[in-house]
Amino acid sequence: MRDTYTIIWRELLLLRKKLLRFFASSLVSPLLFLTAFGWGLGRSIQFGGTSYLEFVVPGILAMSAMNSSYNATGMSLNISRLYFKTLEEFLVAPISTWSLTLGNVLGGCLRGLLSSVVILVLAHLYGACLHCDLWFFVALFLTCFLFSALGLVAAMVINSHEDMARFSTFVILPMSFLCGTFFQVDRFPPVVAKIVQVLPLTHSAISLRMIALEAGFPLVSLLVLAAYAVFFFWLGYWVTLRVE
Amino acid sequence: MIEIRGLCKYYGSVKAIDGLDLTVKSGEIFGLLGPNGAGKTTTVRILTTLSRPTAGKVFINGFEVTRQAMQVKKEIGVVPQHFNLDLELSAWENLELHGRLHKIPSKVRSKRIEELLDFVELGDRAHSPVEHFSGGMKRRLMIARALMHNPKILFLDEPTVGLDPQVRRRLWDLIRNLNRRGITILLTTHYIEEAEILCHRVGILDRGRLIALGTPEELKAKVGRFVVEVRDGDETKYRVFGDRDQALRFAATLADDVVIRESNLEDVFIELTGHRVGGSDA
Ligand SMILES: Nc1ncnc2c1ncn2[C@@H]1O[C@H](COP(=O)(O)OP(=O)(O)OP(=O)(O)O)[C@@H](O)[C@H]1O
Ligand SMILES: [Mg+2]
Repeated sequence: MRDTYTIIWRELLLLRKKLLRFFASSLVSPLLFLTAFGWGLGRSIQFGGTSYLEFVVPGILAMSAMNSSYNATGMSLNISRLYFKTLEEFLVAPISTWSLTLGNVLGGCLRGLLSSVVILVLAHLYGACLHCDLWFFVALFLTCFLFSALGLVAAMVINSHEDMARFSTFVILPMSFLCGTFFQVDRFPPVVAKIVQVLPLTHSAISLRMIALEAGFPLVSLLVLAAYAVFFFWLGYWVTLRVE
Repeated sequence: MIEIRGLCKYYGSVKAIDGLDLTVKSGEIFGLLGPNGAGKTTTVRILTTLSRPTAGKVFINGFEVTRQAMQVKKEIGVVPQHFNLDLELSAWENLELHGRLHKIPSKVRSKRIEELLDFVELGDRAHSPVEHFSGGMKRRLMIARALMHNPKILFLDEPTVGLDPQVRRRLWDLIRNLNRRGITILLTTHYIEEAEILCHRVGILDRGRLIALGTPEELKAKVGRFVVEVRDGDETKYRVFGDRDQALRFAATLADDVVIRESNLEDVFIELTGHRVGGSDA
């Protein structure tokens, strides 16, 4: 636990040094999406009783939570492993692989949560009324945690920055657009919908949206998110154990 | 004490280490010498738990590196070949991170950081970001970092590469000082004179195998004390002889451009490996 905190301590130290840069870079794309889809389109379109703005904000939130946690862990760890070699400092330290994995995942998760909170605040300024209870933040946390863990797995097994970017283009980018972030998944042909329903981001979008719009309790989706979180974390542990 | 038994490390078909047996005694400065690609870094990485052996066993003060990695990590300090400091953090913060990772209580930690920064003469730069440090400063900071938790064995992988002569000499003094305080040191280098000046014993590694082992004196005696250098067109040829008379007699048979001198570790190296040591300024 203490070792996990040490890793997060470093993360906080770095974050404090470049807080502005961090917010600036993690907010640009959600802001654009909010403006284009939420404000531009959203005000005029009604969508099953709610405005499109209120429909789309949980989707944008899920998407940017995914992006910022994945990138926070994936990019920085990949660079630290391959380029700066700072990962070695942690690998030669007498700390358990569990603590190391958890520290790294929580570090990225923290960044994801921070930028999500800022987006929530912005969305309210744009006029979206969302219901944010504890479960909303549970869903948000699970989303950040699982994508941060996925980032860790990618960072540990992918051996070049180019392949890292490729992975992001083929896995993260399609999810951003297809997983019920901007429209409901059931608009797809059934086969495509089935595939999309397996992806974790779909369940992030469903959970956040159902809770925010008070449309029931997304038990199944939350369980799916938790399962993904556990699985990716375990996978992350496994690859960290083997990294050389 | 470091005990290496039958160590092998293969990367696909590349045999980076190929059956290495070696014992480094407590309290000595041991130099691992070898040309580029000889397997020095690979050896150090295995000894420091960063890489797993394909075959063989390594014991660090009695702890086996793969099964008892946690105990091993507490015994050792590591200064890798490349700079792996956190560039965005200050010198102090780099050391603090290391101290925290080794669970040094915060009071002791601060004192130790101060001491060590003074020891490596970086006291006045404690709070500037490492990004702007020179190569020598970074290397010294890395040594300070490796010493934070009072390791019994210190590994230095090519500690003086790319440093100017003054800085190198200061680092040598630093390494000797540490050794006098009882720290066992294993360093790798391809600067021959570094090994000759600094190390109690050296091992010469070539293509993953140990091809010679002993004190610099022993090794020089083994290949011959005297060297005759002959200019042959654009190339200089070397011949090694056991005593001066032999060398003189050989020199007399040659026409011009001969130099007779005492042998050094570099001659040992060339004699044994058949090629010069890597590094243009070696
Ligand atoms: N991760 C790796 N994957 C594949 N081959 C490797 C890897 N690491 C090292 N090697 C190979 O193992 C051999 C030994 O390399 P090593 O880095 O140990 O040499 P070295 O003695 O430290 O050389 P240098 O003086 O250049 O630092 C080389 O042939 C190298 O190409
Ligand atoms: Mg090397």
